[in-house]
Amino acid sequence: MDTQSQLLKINKNEYLAQQKSKLEDALEMGLTKDEYNLICKKINKTPNMTELGIFSAMFSEHCSYKSSKKWLKTLPTAASHVIQGPGENAGVIDIGDNLAAVFKIESHNHPSFLEPYQGSATGVGGILRDVFTMGARPIALMNALRFGAPDQPLTKHLVSGVVKGIGGYGNCIGIPTVGGETNFDKSYDGNILVNAMAVGLAKKDRIFYSAATGAGNPVIYVGAKTGRDGIHGATMASAEFTENSTQKRPTVQVGDPFTGKLLLEACLELMNTDAVLSIQDMGAAGLTSSSVEMASKGSLGMKLNLDLVPTREDKMTSYEIMLSESQERMLMILKPGSEEKAKSIFDKWDLDFSIIGEVTNTRRLVLTKDGFDACDIPLAPLVDDAPEYNKPYEIKTNKKVLKPSDLKTNLTIADILNIIFKNPNIASKKWIWEQYDSSVMGDTIFANGDSDASVVKIHGTEKKESYGKGLAITTDCTPRYVKSDPIIGGMQAVCEAARNIASSGAKPLAITNNLNFGNPDKINVMGEIVGSITGISKAASFLGTPIVSGNVSLYNETNGKSILPTPVIGMIGAMEEVENALEISAKLDNVLIILGQNDNFESGWVGCSIYQEIINKKYDGAPPSINLEDEKKVIEILLKLNKQKLLTAAHDISDGGLLTTVCEMLFKNNLGLDINLPSNLTNCDSYNPLLQSWCFGEDQARIIIATKDIKKVQLTLNKNNVDFFVLGKTNSTSNLNLKNISTISLNELRNSNEKTIPTMMGNKQ
Amino acid sequence: MIVALKKITGKAPIKIWHKENDIPNLDLIVIPGGFSFGDYLRCGALAARSPVINVIKNHISRGGTVLGVCNGFQILIEAKILPGSLMRNKKLLFTCKETTLEVQSCIKNPFLSSFKIGECLKIPVAHNEGNYFAPNDLLKELKEEGRIALKYSKQKDNEKNYNPNGSTEDIAGILSNNGRVLGMMPHPERAINYLHGGTDGLKLIKNCVEQIIG
Repeated sequence: MDTQSQLLKINKNEYLAQQKSKLEDALEMGLTKDEYNLICKKINKTPNMTELGIFSAMFSEHCSYKSSKKWLKTLPTAASHVIQGPGENAGVIDIGDNLAAVFKIESHNHPSFLEPYQGSATGVGGILRDVFTMGARPIALMNALRFGAPDQPLTKHLVSGVVKGIGGYGNCIGIPTVGGETNFDKSYDGNILVNAMAVGLAKKDRIFYSAATGAGNPVIYVGAKTGRDGIHGATMASAEFTENSTQKRPTVQVGDPFTGKLLLEACLELMNTDAVLSIQDMGAAGLTSSSVEMASKGSLGMKLNLDLVPTREDKMTSYEIMLSESQERMLMILKPGSEEKAKSIFDKWDLDFSIIGEVTNTRRLVLTKDGFDACDIPLAPLVDDAPEYNKPYEIKTNKKVLKPSDLKTNLTIADILNIIFKNPNIASKKWIWEQYDSSVMGDTIFANGDSDASVVKIHGTEKKESYGKGLAITTDCTPRYVKSDPIIGGMQAVCEAARNIASSGAKPLAITNNLNFGNPDKINVMGEIVGSITGISKAASFLGTPIVSGNVSLYNETNGKSILPTPVIGMIGAMEEVENALEISAKLDNVLIILGQNDNFESGWVGCSIYQEIINKKYDGAPPSINLEDEKKVIEILLKLNKQKLLTAAHDISDGGLLTTVCEMLFKNNLGLDINLPSNLTNCDSYNPLLQSWCFGEDQARIIIATKDIKKVQLTLNKNNVDFFVLGKTNSTSNLNLKNISTISLNELRNSNEKTIPTMMGNKQ
Repeated sequence: MIVALKKITGKAPIKIWHKENDIPNLDLIVIPGGFSFGDYLRCGALAARSPVINVIKNHISRGGTVLGVCNGFQILIEAKILPGSLMRNKKLLFTCKETTLEVQSCIKNPFLSSFKIGECLKIPVAHNEGNYFAPNDLLKELKEEGRIALKYSKQKDNEKNYNPNGSTEDIAGILSNNGRVLGMMPHPERAINYLHGGTDGLKLIKNCVEQIIG
């Protein structure tokens, strides 16, 4: 496209004629013919290129949620502790003491595949801006990563780049990356997932929102200058990949964490005054989505002079300025008269500050550039009339329940454990975690797998007798379960997250979700979306953990091949006294007890388990069923026991089943355990399918606790009618003993656990 | 670092802006960690040219005490207040982990005076460029003058990865020739309560404050 400054020499009519859009332009920008016709009709004219660009960005799946909106509306979002649900930059919940936790998860999948370092770095930068835009100081970062098969040629390059990118941004801006999950599956070979989550803290009465207020109020652009990076990134992120997708690299944004840090400090400093009326970060679709969303949320309009936007490059057109996704920028509405005060703060932090327009009451977006009208469109069609589709769907569920005896093997229990800890999906992610600064800010209690959920202390809540409150954060999803049964898979993700939060000693409070799927135009993919949202809704309502923010990432497909459905649940919880936080590692002479499993439990759930994959080389059958009553019961009893200070560790049973969980609890302190078995299994041999299913089955609603005071724990469990099974007392042998059946050296397993990922990455320790 | 200093002194320390070129007389200047100017150039290279560096140099020439931690150490090196250089970690990866530091036999200094020689401190590191390098003649000089203050140390004889960055002779921190300036890569302010897993960092900073203020 010709630049407007070259066009300056021509008159207005010629200029407008050149700018007029055609259907082909719309198609190229990812709009459909129907959508283009709708736009022409709603705005009563043929849009010019800038106007069309704005529509295409706002109508992109990324901004409009047009395929998922109908179903997102069914999610439970309300509870007495919710201050702000979905629809703002981030969700906000009340955590007592006049404090609010502000948090959100967001995907940067497409850009991270094209350019792993910058893609993941800007994913972190973007989610941090979402949080501090609300007036919160970010205190922790988490992430959920999915990569292709470990032996796929690109995987190593992508893991290395994404991990460096996440660390590069988080470490530099000085916010601890405290945990997350990393998994590998061949379905992600062509579409990796990079979901970043940020959690911040604000005073409950000092939350900032994005709705514009007051016609005539100044609109301010602050932060980094606008460049040509990331133009139309939101549209790129709303399409499938093909062989030519690497050509889309210029649509990936470039991160500048130092400017991000300056912007964070400058915004929080300004928010300490009374100058800011509303504020919105420029994320996906940059200046377009920020201006449109602020104006439309306030039922107002906006008039901007694009000549006043600070630009990094010469001769940028109105189209480029509106669609750039340059990072580290914010749009604010200030109280009239406070501009000077605000400018002095941004000057101090060496950031651009420019008054680029004003709020109007026209409900239109009017832009001028080089003295011409660059855009004049009503806001309603952009937001209120944005398409919302009811796409056809079919929820496919696998109902076949596999029996332990269906799985025959010549592997012993020890062999299987060895294979499990050599599986990159289970093995320690220390190689990744050590590249993240997890202890900056000095408030991290448990990070990176030390506990089922990462725990950070809430600075400033210290009391004489306590270190103060703590926040627990986790991200969870088991895509193979979702694939087999989207409803159960959705429920399981929520339940496992809640179990993880509780196992760290915190009460589960609320959810942010990141729904990653393939192409919603396919009936079964749409079924996965609808099914998992249904499951998430069920479990979240039952457990009282509403969804307060989230993000949807569709079209995670390459050449027609879709990823495993991956609805990631980010959950936070709170605890009153952070010194009561629980780690997964048991201590010497602790008794390990399984909550939620009784003496009669003999046959473990093998369908869709890691164990089944080892035996059958595939996942098959129905995933483990979910009983929400049971889930709630184990969570409540665990929190009760912890309140009585009876517990020394806790770890929920998930991937790899009971024995895997036990090993993980024993590794750190070089402990051993003589495991009790149900009476019927004591005479089995190590190949027995029933015994193996007991060891590796992935039945849900179970948590292993460690205690020094078995009597008091038993008393409480009996009184509350909770199923439990006493596994035995930890010893210093470093051996796992299954009666006369098997003795397994934990040192060997620990070695596998620690070396698997470094070896995979070619970085032998 | 502010939390740690406040915990020890009961008062919040004064924060000095990098553009400042006039500061009151101070007992102790701490240059904390972080990523000054994003460290897009060599770490600390831009910060070492900030106006405040001249003020710090004046403070040192008057016999003042300075503690530089992580990026603070990198800035002291780039400002040529301390000798040698800090290169990329040997594995070319950022690394955040707990390390064991052994107190060395060194010249009189306010930082480690209450520790025994050979005493071990558990303090975490978090950096990408902490691989201290000194050419042989400088290394000899540092040894002879007793200016190597802290070394990464093994806990077990067969431990391999105890040195997180591959630094020359496991050096973790060095002193100026008058012993009043300490630059160290590990973060003592991240080991100040038992929830951090230990309080060795607090001991180090506390000793320093007590030695100076009494």
